Amino acid sequence: MRNLRVRYLVTVVAALALVLPVTSVADAQSKGTIKIATQSPLSGGQAALGEGIKLGAQLAIEKFKGNLEKAGYKVELVPYDDQAKPDVGVANAKNIIADKAIMAVIGHLNSGVAIPSSEVYKEVNLAMVSPANTNPTVTDRGYPNIYRVCGRDDVQGKVGAEFAQGLKAKSVYIVHDKTTYGQGVADFFKEDAEKKGIKVLGFEGTEEKSNFDPIITPIKAKNPDLIYFGGIYEQAAPFFKQAREKGVKAKFMGPDGMDSSDLTKIAGKTVVGMYYTSVAGPVSVYPDAKQFADEYKKKFGKNPEPFAAQAYDATAIALKALEAVTKGGKAPTRDAVTAAVRDVRYKGITGSVQFDAKGDPKTALYFVLQVASDDPQKWGDNKEVKRLTIAAPAAKK
Amino acid sequence: MDFPLLLGIFPQVLLDGIILGFMYALIALGYTMVYGVLEFINFAHSEIFIVGAFVGVEILMGLKSAGLLESLPWVLVLLLILVAGMAASGALAVLVERAAYRPLRHAPRLIPLISAIGVSFFLQDAIRLFESIWNNAFNLVYPTMDPLNRRFELTETIDVSVKSLVVIVAALLMLWALHVVVNRTRIGTAIRAVAEDQAAASLMGINVNRIISLTFLIGGGMGGAAGVLFGVQYGLINPYTGFIPGLKAFTAAVLGGIGNIPGAMMGGLVLGLLEAFAASYLSLLTGGAFGAEYKDIFAFAILILILIFRPKGLLGEIVRERA
Repeated sequence: MRNLRVRYLVTVVAALALVLPVTSVADAQSKGTIKIATQSPLSGGQAALGEGIKLGAQLAIEKFKGNLEKAGYKVELVPYDDQAKPDVGVANAKNIIADKAIMAVIGHLNSGVAIPSSEVYKEVNLAMVSPANTNPTVTDRGYPNIYRVCGRDDVQGKVGAEFAQGLKAKSVYIVHDKTTYGQGVADFFKEDAEKKGIKVLGFEGTEEKSNFDPIITPIKAKNPDLIYFGGIYEQAAPFFKQAREKGVKAKFMGPDGMDSSDLTKIAGKTVVGMYYTSVAGPVSVYPDAKQFADEYKKKFGKNPEPFAAQAYDATAIALKALEAVTKGGKAPTRDAVTAAVRDVRYKGITGSVQFDAKGDPKTALYFVLQVASDDPQKWGDNKEVKRLTIAAPAAKK
Repeated sequence: MDFPLLLGIFPQVLLDGIILGFMYALIALGYTMVYGVLEFINFAHSEIFIVGAFVGVEILMGLKSAGLLESLPWVLVLLLILVAGMAASGALAVLVERAAYRPLRHAPRLIPLISAIGVSFFLQDAIRLFESIWNNAFNLVYPTMDPLNRRFELTETIDVSVKSLVVIVAALLMLWALHVVVNRTRIGTAIRAVAEDQAAASLMGINVNRIISLTFLIGGGMGGAAGVLFGVQYGLINPYTGFIPGLKAFTAAVLGGIGNIPGAMMGGLVLGLLEAFAASYLSLLTGGAFGAEYKDIFAFAILILILIFRPKGLLGEIVRERA
């Protein structure tokens, strides 16, 4: 394992050396460097989304670092690759807290990685602003240093179940990926679907990535109206593709883990028309995000993936907190930054963010979207079927 | 318990299991043949297998962008990617043997084993690097060929797609061809002679190095063909996809009796069927208490039981016993 990590580190560092422009600020009276870390999968099957988080953060730093630079600080992005694996995320987290210049972490993509990694950040009260982690536990632990700018799975599951009822689905078969995130949101969906009288014909977890035949066969025999996949597109896409090719006629649905152009890249026309709930609408639904999307495309040569805009906002919030802390020439500390994030009032490109006591946004947007085309380039054209603004649930004790 | 449902899906599960089983069997041959002649486990075989799948997908994507994928007859396309995948994987296996195993031929057994694990890691990231240079994406999707996706509905719950028939037919043909080569030709006799006793074989005028290279070529080629079929059947590959099927195929080889060619085929089929039945039936039979996620535990528990009672595998190590 150790070797694996070293190998990835070397590859990642080499790749970054190519990707990152060298920011040289010739500043004689420099007060030092402030680093902001991102943690997201940059390799492996979920790299498309993880890369988007990194690039969104990079764009935000370039845009908003001006004030901090005037104050005499050099601002740097240090991207870490958590490979969507909890053990890698925790190992990276230990490196992150050891680097005293890192003042905030933007990440992760996967709740299952964010939860153990944030235990490490908590040791030194390092602020983590998450663009994408929707599992309730992320903030429900009540840690003072954990924030997120997106919604929660308990709400998302309910939104999904309500929508399924609206589709007149009488029965549903639920498949999940056994991760904290995937199984979590599938559980919430199941609970609410049952409350609404939708019959749950099966609840199946799998780590399989290529051969879904043995799971599909019983599904086909039970003939549900709807299949819900709690998980991420890298697994859901081949699953849905194989299911449709085997003649399963059910409608497809999933949570925000479906939200990547790679879903149609893998599954093609078999997922056209499927529904997914999301805490991050396509950039087109946010009027203020157009400029961001244009700049992103110009700079990186591709459309922003979902959560890139959220990462941009999360990074902007961290930078705002840093500005507040360094006002008056004070050197920033992790404690001060963590406390300052809670007071940030920020109108971002994905809406206004104001945190509650747990670190959830006071209200968050939830969307139901429908896949419009089998062309991955047109992922941004996915139809918004429903939009809801829902307040974060109070902490359960 | 819903008996009509349990019975209704039985043929489909059987078919799923057979397809998976043939896939494992084709990969297992690479492990078992190498073990037969060299008595060591070629752990790089899972990557040699997935290289076949990558060669296949690259050719398909090339044909697609040239607009030829739709116009060429699908049988021809399939043959082309199968042959190309076999050639690439076979050549790679020979190269790996020459570079990483032959210099260690007389070292203690564990040394080439470690070398094999190293080659496995190296190949995984080499594929990743290679694919990232042009596409910046190493999760590759097999382009759909519509004729392959055609399905024949036998009943409401059971259907057969053209591509699953292709997998079965191709696997059967290759297994039969291998059987003929090993048992009925001079080359096959030479391979068996080297497997029995290298020194004696070389005294009989057999070029041992050439025969060992040939064994890697054939085993690698079978793996490459399995890779292409895997891609066609399941659709999505990445550089790390080979690892799990490789591990299972290795298990299948041990189950059948390592070093034993018919054993590898049988072991593959048994493992494929066990897995398919476990995945489809566990949650139905236990009312959801054990789901499909327990398929590997279940399949491997049965394997352990079999190996307790037949430690040399279902068919035993035929080659070694004779030696």
